Amino acid sequence: ARSNSALGKGLLALLSRDTLDEGTWEEVEDTLLLADIGVDPATEIVDSLRERVRVLGTREPERLREMLREELIRVVDPGMDRSLKVERHGERPAVVLVVGVNGTGKTTTVGKLARVLVAQDKDVVLGAADTFRAAAADQLQTWGDRVGVPTVRSDRDGADPAAVAFDAVKTGIEMEADVVLVDTAGRLQNKAGLMDELGKVKRVVEKHGPVDEVLLVLDATTGQNGMQQARVFSEVVHVTGIVLTKLDGTAKGGIVVAVQRALGVPVKLIGLGEGVDDLAPFEVEAFVDAIVS
Amino acid sequence: MFSSLSDRLTATFRSLRGKGRLSPEDVDTTVREIRRALLEADVALPVVRQFTTAVRERALGEEVSQALNPAQQVVKIVNDELISILGGETRRLRLAKTPPTVIMLAGLQGAGKTTLAGKLARHLRNLNHRPLLVACDLQRPNAVNQLQITGERAGVDVYAPEPGNGVGDPVAVARAGVEHARSQGYDVVVLDTAGRLGIDAEMMQQAADIRTATNPDEILFVLDAMIGQDAVQTAEAFRDGVGFTGVVLTKLDGDARGGAALSVRSVTGQPVMFASTGEKLDDFELFHPDRMASRILDLGDVLTLIEQA
Ligand SMILES: Nc1nc2c(ncn2[C@@H]2O[C@H](COP(=O)(O)OP(=O)(O)OP(=O)(O)O)[C@@H](O)[C@H]2O)c(=O)[nH]1
Ligand SMILES: Nc1nc2c(ncn2[C@@H]2O[C@H](COP(=O)(O)OP(=O)(O)OP(=O)(O)O)[C@@H](O)[C@H]2O)c(=O)[nH]1
Ligand SMILES: [Mg+2]
Ligand SMILES: [Mg+2]
Repeated sequence: ARSNSALGKGLLALLSRDTLDEGTWEEVEDTLLLADIGVDPATEIVDSLRERVRVLGTREPERLREMLREELIRVVDPGMDRSLKVERHGERPAVVLVVGVNGTGKTTTVGKLARVLVAQDKDVVLGAADTFRAAAADQLQTWGDRVGVPTVRSDRDGADPAAVAFDAVKTGIEMEADVVLVDTAGRLQNKAGLMDELGKVKRVVEKHGPVDEVLLVLDATTGQNGMQQARVFSEVVHVTGIVLTKLDGTAKGGIVVAVQRALGVPVKLIGLGEGVDDLAPFEVEAFVDAIVS
Repeated sequence: MFSSLSDRLTATFRSLRGKGRLSPEDVDTTVREIRRALLEADVALPVVRQFTTAVRERALGEEVSQALNPAQQVVKIVNDELISILGGETRRLRLAKTPPTVIMLAGLQGAGKTTLAGKLARHLRNLNHRPLLVACDLQRPNAVNQLQITGERAGVDVYAPEPGNGVGDPVAVARAGVEHARSQGYDVVVLDTAGRLGIDAEMMQQAADIRTATNPDEILFVLDAMIGQDAVQTAEAFRDGVGFTGVVLTKLDGDARGGAALSVRSVTGQPVMFASTGEKLDDFELFHPDRMASRILDLGDVLTLIEQA
């Protein structure tokens, strides 16, 4: 942990002064802003911390740091159900649809998630419903080969993504697979046509039965636009969980705090690299510690 | 939800109407609104601070107190400051005196480098150059195929001697690619490199090695316009680790405010040269500082008001 972080300095300065002035509290707020938590949530957290400090008359740096940590943990909400719905139902495999804007790590996440499921002895089928981006299906298939699961794809660029997704689930049913993971093309949430197409992918897949998980992949480097992404994707395909990728970098991914609160959609998984094993469950405390440390 | 800065400032100014001059408190309120809007636009905190300090100073100075409408004068200052940071010297791609010109692309994972390689190649081809794309990303699954397909779509040749997916040495490919271009009469070489994190020392060293091996005329830092506060740390890491001569902002067809443009320009001093605005090869433009300024702060209405005043 970096002991000379902005927060460390802020808190020390704060407690070495006689009065807690605006400037020192601003420094605490800065720490939250730097994690992309956003202006309103940061203000709220600081206000509530101030109130507690006032009531308790706390003066020790360690205690204050601990209180901020508690405050954040409360906001990130350890009570949310973060389990993944990947149990086969009767005749049908569980279906997971992976969505998000361009380049966030959807295809990679599908590959890594397949690896996790295979390790749990599940039979997995991948569906390459990104028929748009150059070599997207090849990329997914490489992941499939890596983790030893079949990939259903079209041999034609620009094929109907809904048809490919439908076929993937159909194959999953025929093969009596446990889980079908459908990778979709990246699309920006303000592109109505592409969002409609995604809605159609989901509806067509649902002809086989309900989709169990819709995972929105958010890149941890994303700033405030992440909220807009989550909002629109949720409206179109009802997101059930978030995968926060690229947490192995310097970005903290704080936007998910606002996203979870506004939409009630929990972060379920995190991406920690480009390798097959770089996927982990989201842990509230570790996430918070990365922000306050 | 949030009203835009434009709405909020208009409201603030309405309450000031009739007052001859701005009190320090009026300036504080205005600066606070601007700070908030910059943060919501993902402008990096240190840059926000510099910016608001500069605005506050000017707002309390002569030009405002003597203005006909001081409140609107403040907005004009904000807009001018934005454009002056974003703009600076605008310049074209630097071409080598003795071809081939070497352009290296670098950036985080998924920023849009490979797509940009295709766009640049198409752009250069339209200007009657003979570009060659070189596949130096040998890491990401099927990055080489992706570049080959992109090159095919752009109608330009791709040099891809190694299959990738972990096989081959990117530095050797980069060096050989430039040699190949020289011997085969290509006049511009675009090096597509793997995405990397600023804190990945090994990968940053690889980028530096590619640079040393090819001595590029331009190193373009490719940055996703959706990036938040990490923009500064990442830009500094690429500046220190590889060095870059220009910035390309991608995914500007989205609805992110793109405050990163301000952050990167102000932290590294390097100009934003191009804007990537879509997934297709032609979705590529020169960067326009004035458009970016009004995008970041959504000052449209307020500026119109000022013009009418
Ligand atoms: N460092 C790091 N890189 C990642 C992570 N997840 C994905 N990547 C990289 O990010 C880049 C984009 O990943 P993809 O999986 O292709 O992203 P995508 O969302 O499928 O992209 P599109 O389909 O083009 O929208 C690749 O270079 C991946 O290797 C992660 O958790 N950490
Ligand atoms: N909407 C939009 N999408 C873009 C733009 N530029 C790139 N993309 C998309 O973003 C995703 C990632 O683009 P790539 O060119 O593969 O990015 P990269 O930097 O080469 O990624 P890595 O090699 O994995 O690091 C793809 O889905 C592209 O189609 C843009 O300007 N607008
Ligand atoms: Mg993909
Ligand atoms: Mg690439």
